[in-house]
Amino acid sequence: MGNLLRAGVILAAIVVLAGGIFYLIRYSTTSPDYRVFRGEPADLRSVSGILADGIELHSRGLMQLGLLVLVATPVARVAFSVFAFARQHDRIYLTVSLQPRRLATLKTSPGSVSSVHDFFLRKTCVPRLPSRTS
Amino acid sequence: MSTLEFTAVIALGSLLAGFLGSLTGLGGGIVIVPLLTLVFGVDIRYAIGASLVSVIGTSSGAAAAYVREGYSNIRIGMFLEIATTVGALFGATVAAKLSTAVIAVIFGLVLIYSAYLSSQPKAEVVSDAPPDRLATLLRMDGNYPTPGGPQVYHAHAIPTGFSLMFVAGVLSGLLGIGSGAVKVLAMDQAMRLPFKVSTTTSNFMIGVTAAASAGVYLNRGYIDPGLAMPVMLGVLAGSLLGARVLVRAQTRMLRIVFSLVIVLLGVEMIYNGLTGKF
Repeated sequence: MGNLLRAGVILAAIVVLAGGIFYLIRYSTTSPDYRVFRGEPADLRSVSGILADGIELHSRGLMQLGLLVLVATPVARVAFSVFAFARQHDRIYLTVSLQPRRLATLKTSPGSVSSVHDFFLRKTCVPRLPSRTS
Repeated sequence: MSTLEFTAVIALGSLLAGFLGSLTGLGGGIVIVPLLTLVFGVDIRYAIGASLVSVIGTSSGAAAAYVREGYSNIRIGMFLEIATTVGALFGATVAAKLSTAVIAVIFGLVLIYSAYLSSQPKAEVVSDAPPDRLATLLRMDGNYPTPGGPQVYHAHAIPTGFSLMFVAGVLSGLLGIGSGAVKVLAMDQAMRLPFKVSTTTSNFMIGVTAAASAGVYLNRGYIDPGLAMPVMLGVLAGSLLGARVLVRAQTRMLRIVFSLVIVLLGVEMIYNGLTGKF
């Protein structure tokens, strides 16, 4: 698991650095302005847009792709734990570790978060005997 | 300032923040937002986006080492992650509805509180209370390596710890920080875990918490690659450097100085927020 985290961070840093070099070559003389908030263009806000821009080696898109890899690293770690708990037949922790992923897919509808919260609170607090065969 | 100069200056500032944050154990992420907003005049929304990304980088980098050394309690981490993730999604959602001045004031208060917490002495108390039923059911009890062999510990007060973790998640999503201070409060004080276990487990959880809110921020267009690039690379390099120096550095004086800087930044954030400069 430690190796997965390290690999994710290194890969992300390399992609961001590569994008950063392109970016500095291209925009070195313009002057940035972050005083006024405008928000990013649509293609840098969605996974599909970032992938498309990144593959075309568009400098800002490539940096954003690296940042996306970084964001995905801890999520991959959770997925890896789900797999590990499943192999150990640890049913309680299989349920527990699936929750953040289930929530992540719901994040576009924030209204439902509190009800989901209640749902799994009930679910994980129900006493259930741990079944461990290994 | 041209893009090249701006990027270089931001990268240097982030390097220093990551270095000092890792040496003092306060985390580099906490000073990134004040640095970007107060010193460079960056809009707080861009600053929070960049800070969140750098927090994921440093926590994942450090967690890689801790997991291997056997300090982190993966089960406790996975369980409490539910609370922090829900909190983070909630905080990131609320952030869009609050004015930037309110966010700045809350940020200032959290800065001052974190500095206060870090000045408190940390006594390593191994609790001898009987194991908690819920903790036993969830198999949260564990052991960690000490010079005298593995030390067994028990977790307590799971519901209180879980609720405090929700608060930590909200602050993380709202302010783009790791909220290590609140996490350690929940695990040290409420759940009575050994200091080493709580710090490393907290570090392990920060990544997924910040990833949840980063998803929301990315979707809303708060994460600008041109700004996040020097911040993320700078903080990452700085904290790796700090971790190398840490072994032989005398950090007491440094901690005091860094805490004072954090308090000052906190006061300025609150002042600027109240006088409408955000």
